[in-house]
Amino acid sequence: MPQVFHRSTNTFSRVSIFGALFFIAAATYGLALINRSAYVTQAGVARAQPIQFSHRHHAGELGIDCRYCHTSVERTASAGVPPTQTCMNCHAQIWVDSPVLEPVRASYRTDTSIRWTRVHDLPDYVYFDHSIHVQKGVGCATCHGRVDQMNLTWQESSLQMEWCLDCHRNPERYVRPRAEVFDMAWEPPANQLDLGRELMRTYKIQRLTDCYTCHR
Amino acid sequence: MSTPVLEARRDSRPPVIAPGHTFETVTDRISRVVLRRGTPRGWIVGFALSFCLMMVLFYSVAALLFRGIGIWGINQPVEWGFDIVNFVWWIGIGHAGTLISAILLLLKQEWRTSINRFAEAMTLFAVACAGLYPVLHLGRPWLAYWLFPYPNTMGMWPQFRSPLIWDVFAVSTYLTVSLMFWFVGLIPDLATLRDRSPSRIGRGVYGILAMGWRGSAKHWHRYETAYLLLAGLSTPLVVSVHTIVSFDFAVSVVPGWHATIFPPYFVAGAIYSGFAMVMTLAIPIRKFYNLEDFLTMRHLDNMARVMLATGLIVAYGYMMETFMAWYGGNPYESFMILNRFGGPYAPQYWLLITCNVVIPQVLWFRRVRASIPALFVVSLIVNLGMWLERYIIIVVSLHRDFLPSSWGMYSGSIYDWSMFVGSIGLFLSLLFLFIRYLPMISIFEMRTLVPGAEVKEETP
Repeated sequence: MPQVFHRSTNTFSRVSIFGALFFIAAATYGLALINRSAYVTQAGVARAQPIQFSHRHHAGELGIDCRYCHTSVERTASAGVPPTQTCMNCHAQIWVDSPVLEPVRASYRTDTSIRWTRVHDLPDYVYFDHSIHVQKGVGCATCHGRVDQMNLTWQESSLQMEWCLDCHRNPERYVRPRAEVFDMAWEPPANQLDLGRELMRTYKIQRLTDCYTCHR
Repeated sequence: MSTPVLEARRDSRPPVIAPGHTFETVTDRISRVVLRRGTPRGWIVGFALSFCLMMVLFYSVAALLFRGIGIWGINQPVEWGFDIVNFVWWIGIGHAGTLISAILLLLKQEWRTSINRFAEAMTLFAVACAGLYPVLHLGRPWLAYWLFPYPNTMGMWPQFRSPLIWDVFAVSTYLTVSLMFWFVGLIPDLATLRDRSPSRIGRGVYGILAMGWRGSAKHWHRYETAYLLLAGLSTPLVVSVHTIVSFDFAVSVVPGWHATIFPPYFVAGAIYSGFAMVMTLAIPIRKFYNLEDFLTMRHLDNMARVMLATGLIVAYGYMMETFMAWYGGNPYESFMILNRFGGPYAPQYWLLITCNVVIPQVLWFRRVRASIPALFVVSLIVNLGMWLERYIIIVVSLHRDFLPSSWGMYSGSIYDWSMFVGSIGLFLSLLFLFIRYLPMISIFEMRTLVPGAEVKEETP
């Protein structure tokens, strides 16, 4: 009786059996990487905006405090996007003829809001409150990165749940004194863990990892 | 152990293989079912009917995916309905396979040989049907992979303290090991089919599946080792899977679920229903394919005995539930039992007792065990009874909660029924395909039962 298969089938079948294991492992690893990549999370991708507003210029070079525009960050869930009136506080006096700022003036004249492109968009099933994070000593830059060095703003962090939990499980690694929250240039000291534990006691920071902390 | 009396008794029972068979006739008779030219009309009709039922399942699943689990009858307070009833029922049926293939192999029960292949296939298909239900029950089945511990972006593991996650591991392990066991057992027979197949495609497909089996002494040696190892691996699974399924209930605090007797009682019930299903399927198949020589009355008699024994354990379980309801002194427990006896679901409960406890007692009689129609009817009744058992356990306990304000009633909707009937269609379709394309009885193991296979010492 003739052979059904060629001799090379032996090698082929051995390779495919062992190769399958590596293929599955590599595919799992690859999928995990893709899920965390900027392609999925959009982290680090600067968004186009109707006006080329530069945080680098305003917050960095001019040194305007975050709270000048994001007024409600210490009191409410939302940090607040400033109304056109806030822009006009200065721009009624300076750069009044700049063509770049024409949409701002148009917004002011017609009393319609500027339609900014949202950069940080948490899913609707997540409850997030800026004020409590500010009160407990989480710096702006801890989550948003060095906004004072961004021309067009991008999302610094992945905003994935493992990223949230990283801090909620180990707040001592990230918290800072309340006075330093709005200091963009603050760097954690060498004894951050000791400082963090001390702050956790002082500010009564808990490790909040119950589901209902964020999913209410 | 071979005292003359025992020998005589053993000989008085029907043989495990009809006399007059040789290696050639065994191989020919079993492989002919697969390799014959043309498909028998009965098969086509049976498969067509099963296929239609399977389409009912697919339609119901599609409706479920589009419209959500609101199309089922479940609601507060009965949040588990047909989905979980059917899950437990199917997974229980899947227990006969490993019991027959692993435990009876290790116990050297040679009568298992002609039913093991078939029972293992039945196990796989039943587990496939069972696996469908908890996934659909999730509500968002496309996220079912969340059940597995994989490197997810949520930074979380599944809740390892929940029996529901133990279930995921128990069932998937069971499916994997059963599949391996079944496939390894098939390899020598696949090689036989490869060598006997008249068509090129047949030789190619069976050849790939046979993985280069040549039947050398080395092959057989490794094969025997692997098969025994797999049998050893499967043995704990026979008890572990349904134990863990019972934990889904027993770990809760619901009256009627929170009972330490649940694991053994569930395992016995699973084997009970598994053997009933093997019998339900084996009786028509041996008739249709003229396999009475291989699936003899001895097999049916033995299966009936296993059913009788496990049925008595199940009956003991019912007794203990009732006893503990009184002895435990917990008012909720005793209310639950009285509610089973005389509540809104009392007809179903007494039908369950009739099906699972009363009627199977006829198996004590040798004449019943020798009557094929009687065995067939009893096996169907036990299948029904075991389904009712899960229905009673789940629905009666849930519909009367601790708080009378949250009491309610449950009945399956049209989609509950169509999905149940449809899953039977899926099961039968897979079974028909198996019978048509794979040897349903282990050819090489049957050959070892032929008198010529007995190795005798040469007299000097």
